Amino acid sequence: MKSKLNASNAVVTVVCAALLLLPVYSAVTGNIFILTLLTRIIIFALAASSLNLIMGYGGMMSFGHAAYLGIGGYAVGILAAEGIGSGFIQWPVALAVSALFALVIGSLSLRTRGVYFIMITLAFAQMTYYVASALSRYGGDDGLTIYKRSTFDGLINLSDRTQFYYLCLGCLFGGLYLIWRIVNSRFGLVVQGVRSNEQRMQAIGFPAYRYRLTCFVIAGTICGLAGALLANNTDFVSPAVMYWTRSGDLMVMVILGGMGSLFGPLIGAIVYLVLEELLSQFTEYWALIMGPLLLLIVLFARGGIMGLLGRVRRG
Amino acid sequence: MFLLIEQLLNGLQFGLLLFLLAAGLTLVFGIMDFVNLAHGSLYMMGAYFAATFVGWTGSFVLGAILALAATLLLGIALEFVALRHLYGRDHLDQVLATFGLILFFNDMVRLIWGPAGLALPLPAWLTTPVQLLPGVYYPAYRLSIIVVALLVAALLYLVVMRTRIGMLIRAGASNREMIGALGINIKLLFTLVFGLGAALAGLAGLMQAPILTVQIGMGENILILAFVIIVIGGIGSIRGAFLAAIFVGLIDTLGRAFLPDLLRKVLSGAAASTAAPALSSMLIYLLMAIVLVVRPEGLFPAAKR
Amino acid sequence: MADPLLRVDNLVRRFGGILATDNLSLEVPRGELHAIIGPNGAGKTTLISQLTGQLAPNSGTIHFAGRDITRLPPYRRSALGLARSFQITSLLKDFTAIDNVALAVQAHDGHSFRFWGDARKERHLRDAARAALQRVGLAARADVLVSELSHGEQRELELAVALATRPQLLLLDEPMAGLGVTESARMVTLLKELRKEFTIVLVEHDMEAVFALADRITVLVYGRVIACDVPDAIRRHEEVKRAYLGEQHAVTRHG
Repeated sequence: MKSKLNASNAVVTVVCAALLLLPVYSAVTGNIFILTLLTRIIIFALAASSLNLIMGYGGMMSFGHAAYLGIGGYAVGILAAEGIGSGFIQWPVALAVSALFALVIGSLSLRTRGVYFIMITLAFAQMTYYVASALSRYGGDDGLTIYKRSTFDGLINLSDRTQFYYLCLGCLFGGLYLIWRIVNSRFGLVVQGVRSNEQRMQAIGFPAYRYRLTCFVIAGTICGLAGALLANNTDFVSPAVMYWTRSGDLMVMVILGGMGSLFGPLIGAIVYLVLEELLSQFTEYWALIMGPLLLLIVLFARGGIMGLLGRVRRG
Repeated sequence: MFLLIEQLLNGLQFGLLLFLLAAGLTLVFGIMDFVNLAHGSLYMMGAYFAATFVGWTGSFVLGAILALAATLLLGIALEFVALRHLYGRDHLDQVLATFGLILFFNDMVRLIWGPAGLALPLPAWLTTPVQLLPGVYYPAYRLSIIVVALLVAALLYLVVMRTRIGMLIRAGASNREMIGALGINIKLLFTLVFGLGAALAGLAGLMQAPILTVQIGMGENILILAFVIIVIGGIGSIRGAFLAAIFVGLIDTLGRAFLPDLLRKVLSGAAASTAAPALSSMLIYLLMAIVLVVRPEGLFPAAKR
Repeated sequence: MADPLLRVDNLVRRFGGILATDNLSLEVPRGELHAIIGPNGAGKTTLISQLTGQLAPNSGTIHFAGRDITRLPPYRRSALGLARSFQITSLLKDFTAIDNVALAVQAHDGHSFRFWGDARKERHLRDAARAALQRVGLAARADVLVSELSHGEQRELELAVALATRPQLLLLDEPMAGLGVTESARMVTLLKELRKEFTIVLVEHDMEAVFALADRITVLVYGRVIACDVPDAIRRHEEVKRAYLGEQHAVTRHG
């Protein structure tokens, strides 16, 4: 990739630097709130980035991506409730279950196209929502409180605000780096080729389905990680994190930031959640402004923020 | 046995209600190729309008009629102000924009009517049970929902199959370019169809209102159900939507009513009481997944594009 | 006689009541340039779709290089060495020309479940892609987005993509479609070069090109083969004249 000195690169650089230095600012000013808010934003940015991998690069418009947030979260929560507090067990389980779930629903959903794909992914996510609601042993509708965060003995203490923040940030940057490598790899080019013209890719010899499915599973796994982080962040997991409006939120973040742009989802998550926070301080009825704002963005700023910043989308 | 008949009727009633919602959705989807998530909001608005107007006028019927008119106008206004600019855009754009509208409507309702739900009491003449067969009673109101919905379905069928507008609607659902080629005022047709869909959604909402509480977010669950129905039925097909709606209504209702007992016969009590609610909620999604895997274009696809 | 590279036996494909491919048999030996012509609606595209695997026949078999490929999906046929170009240009529009070709090279260079290395930096993929572009005269346009190439250039790129899969057989579906006079002439020159190396099945409307290039010509009418012979014989063939060439007869004399 050519690195260009332009507005979007400048914004991304400033944002990343600010994210790295935020705990310092927080410690100096004693502003804990901003650290909490940004931790949440970073986690959602990771989830949105994983969605961007399939949606922006792979052309798979999944409307059920929040399911993995729940699955990752419940894996942590349920294991914690059963007395297994070690993150070395919890997190691999969270990732594995997310991957497995993605494999199952992906192998079915990817037989369909277009709106049917949007709807079937939505349906599967709703199913997991209802399953979670029915887990009466683990809180059912009311959700499950996690009394102790995942332990990584001798490595990191998740209950320490700053350490947890950096862990989340590390996961985000790690995730973005992984996605960047994937997108430019052989595999990534195939997936993007299939997005662009599936028939052509079949004709030159690629079994498109396998590549799409693999991509779908990778994205689900990354989002499962975000789910594990989110559960630790809130010390709580409930069916609500998988509700379809959550999937909608993730989609909004991706599109708001700029689909198919590496840092788009990060920018989108920041703007969306900060806006939500600001508007809700200003008025209880923040969605009265947010809703029409979304409509305007769709109507007048199709490439998202990164698009507005003048980044030319590359294949 | 009586329980079965009652549940069958409940299923039919729920299915017909779903059909009212799905019909508008599938028309809008089929003709304008437009994914309207805000359809559920129109359903919600229908219920809120009804609760309000019935309170003002003191008459259930009058209130309902006013609410219907209000939803129709709201739908047309919505189409005119916002949605018509989204025709021809990506489905994703449409999903996003109408997702924004859901946020907007939910908060607007909260602003106007407050966060607590409303109740819409029934007039006395609709609360008495009706004797269907000797010994079989059924609530008059639910029965009247079935009658009204069937009438509307029949009317819709006549309009779509027998009138000029209906011909255009069908032509549009199977071949969008064609109506353009015929030199029809597409904008007007679209607005009309959208208004019709909105009115149907409003009707569903106001009829459902006395059975459930009128509350924020009521449109979202049922919207997903309506989407499931049009996907199962085949996008753009009224007949498919009708059959799928009845099917889904029956499966959902019967599943909730009888699945717990059935499961208790095979599973232990505790396991059954955990699995039953989840499984009965999931049934229709499971159904849709199966249908899509077997027939990726739905059971009754409208003629190929 | 040695086995032909492509052998089609008794292929049948129906659409509702219409027989689009009517008990069709065809043999293409190695090294031949075999043209398939026929009036519109003769079932040429249906035949191509079945050869490439887009469409399954109702009955009959297709053998390629001695293997039965009748039921194989398109990507497997490509792996065996059957390459195609599309009648309506079908490229990755938001990719550059060289990316389009490099992907075709990549498809035939081991699996692509490689997630880490930068594929655009793999020298041998790029070199092979550049060679294929060179071949069709597009080397200078390697880094241009497909959507910004002219129609003629896109047709040439179609060919480069097919070449990059190192095929045994090139299945060219109207490569001259929509080309101007000079572009057509360039394409004919190019095909004359390629026929020295590849077995080619050419579906084409441009009779001048067909008669100039083909070793043998198969004439399809209503899904049936009404003639299959060398160009001179086809020109004289009574049934062909009647059924097809009639009004275009004047054109064929130039060939």
